[in-house]
Amino acid sequence: MSALEVRGLAKRFGGLQAVKDLSFTVGEGEIVALIGPNGAGKTTVFGLVSGFIEPDAGEVTFRGRATRGLKPHALNALGLARTFQIMRPFARLSVVRNVMIGALGRHADPRAAESRARAVLDEVGLAAKAAQPAGSLTLAERKRLELARALATEPVLLLLDEVMSGLNDRETEVIIELVRAVNARGTAILLIEHVMRAVMSLAGRIVVLSYGERIAEGRPDVVARDPRVIEAYLGDEA
Amino acid sequence: MRWLGVAATAVALVLPAVLGPYALAIAINVLFFAYLGQAWNLVGGYAGQLSAGHAVFVGVGGYTAAVLAAETGLTPWIGMFVGGALAAALGGVIGYLGFRFGLRGFYFVLLTVAFAEVCRIVVSNWERVGGAVGFYITFTGDPRRLSFQDDRAWYYIALALLVVATGIAAAVERRRFGIYLTAIREDETACEALGVDTLRYKLLAMMLSSFLTGLAGAFYAYRYSSLQPNAVFGVPLSVEIIIRPIVGGAGTLAGPIVGSLILTPLGEASRALFGQGGWHGAHLILYGVLLVAVVLFVPQGVVPWLRDLLRRRSA
Repeated sequence: MSALEVRGLAKRFGGLQAVKDLSFTVGEGEIVALIGPNGAGKTTVFGLVSGFIEPDAGEVTFRGRATRGLKPHALNALGLARTFQIMRPFARLSVVRNVMIGALGRHADPRAAESRARAVLDEVGLAAKAAQPAGSLTLAERKRLELARALATEPVLLLLDEVMSGLNDRETEVIIELVRAVNARGTAILLIEHVMRAVMSLAGRIVVLSYGERIAEGRPDVVARDPRVIEAYLGDEA
Repeated sequence: MRWLGVAATAVALVLPAVLGPYALAIAINVLFFAYLGQAWNLVGGYAGQLSAGHAVFVGVGGYTAAVLAAETGLTPWIGMFVGGALAAALGGVIGYLGFRFGLRGFYFVLLTVAFAEVCRIVVSNWERVGGAVGFYITFTGDPRRLSFQDDRAWYYIALALLVVATGIAAAVERRRFGIYLTAIREDETACEALGVDTLRYKLLAMMLSSFLTGLAGAFYAYRYSSLQPNAVFGVPLSVEIIIRPIVGGAGTLAGPIVGSLILTPLGEASRALFGQGGWHGAHLILYGVLLVAVVLFVPQGVVPWLRDLLRRRSA
């Protein structure tokens, strides 16, 4: 059974076909990267998979269960967590409170949720900032907070939307190691990423989107040489 | 904080012994509006859902208790809770309509005001319950019928209501429910992604808040021996309910109490000063000026501002 199965997914916004007849799977414990030029529909796919957007057609199956009609919080309870490309910290709450919101779904007792949250903060290297309001964090720290909150929900499948964009090399390396460690514990990961170094070193498989359609899929080294992919990124003249 | 609460309660318990009748009446209002503010605070403060029609729950609670007593002989002590339950049901309906269909910010404000206004107009035209003239309750002085010869009884009832509501708010604050509410206030989309059933928790907050507000209806009805639709369903009462927790600090335990300690005596003084000679709306101007000042200088409210001040002093 795969962690995630997407079949014939489609979504139109007005005159824009954001996602068109898209199918792919993410196996249990696998890391899959979703790449494509800006505006290819990657974030829309995340919205559709995580229950924030209703698809026009197609089916999403999460661990063998059809997810149509399930709200985001219900999907999260089943083990699907996502981060947002435009980060959404609870700015006036402390960093540890932010992570607790994620942990409370599995640990209803606030004390248990807090100790879980502190363990996650330790892992992402934000323990020293636990008491600060989340609004005071730097960009790189906010990215890690976004990741920490999602991790605190103890997901089976984690959708990461550009958690490395805007980070310097050293910060990117930290996140790559973190994602690898999370995956090593058995969490499947679907990531949207423009940082190719990260995609190449993490993903076992890559799905390439262009204008809402899948144009290529396969091992990173194969996809990187695919002429259709190169064309999508660089245009016809390449 | 806890010691402060215990000390304040102790002072409040002995206070009536030294108060004259006028001061006692003001003290009752301080407690009563602090209670209403605390009830509103659950949904408006912690959860950040700005209900601007909370008077409707006072009206529903008051009319329910008073009409039930008149028609069936049910003691208002029980009618009070029937009124609270009906208010909670109405709060559930308003909340569901607002939250289910994603009315946020100003749109939710408008929805709540609209419901209160519709109820005011319906009751104003409902002759069975007195219509626009209002519903009058015969004064009996019988404690079993929620009627008292001595005003100190109202003082202690208001104090008990406030202590209970503050206890509930304190319990909510510590639990998952309350922690979720503060996150809902910040970002509902992020909450959903983190597994928080935002609709459910907002509805729970709204119903708990409207239940407590509904209890206040019987207090109001029997203290004044009357109910007028314009007074108990009207926008002015809704404003009175909201303004104290906002000035004191929305989403803080002490906010509604501090807000009421500041605003209730001010409102009374302004009424006493300007009450004659066509100036009887002056306290509203005062509220307006104060609200502008708070928004400009201490937007989080007085309590968080004081807390920050003390923290900086000690640091």
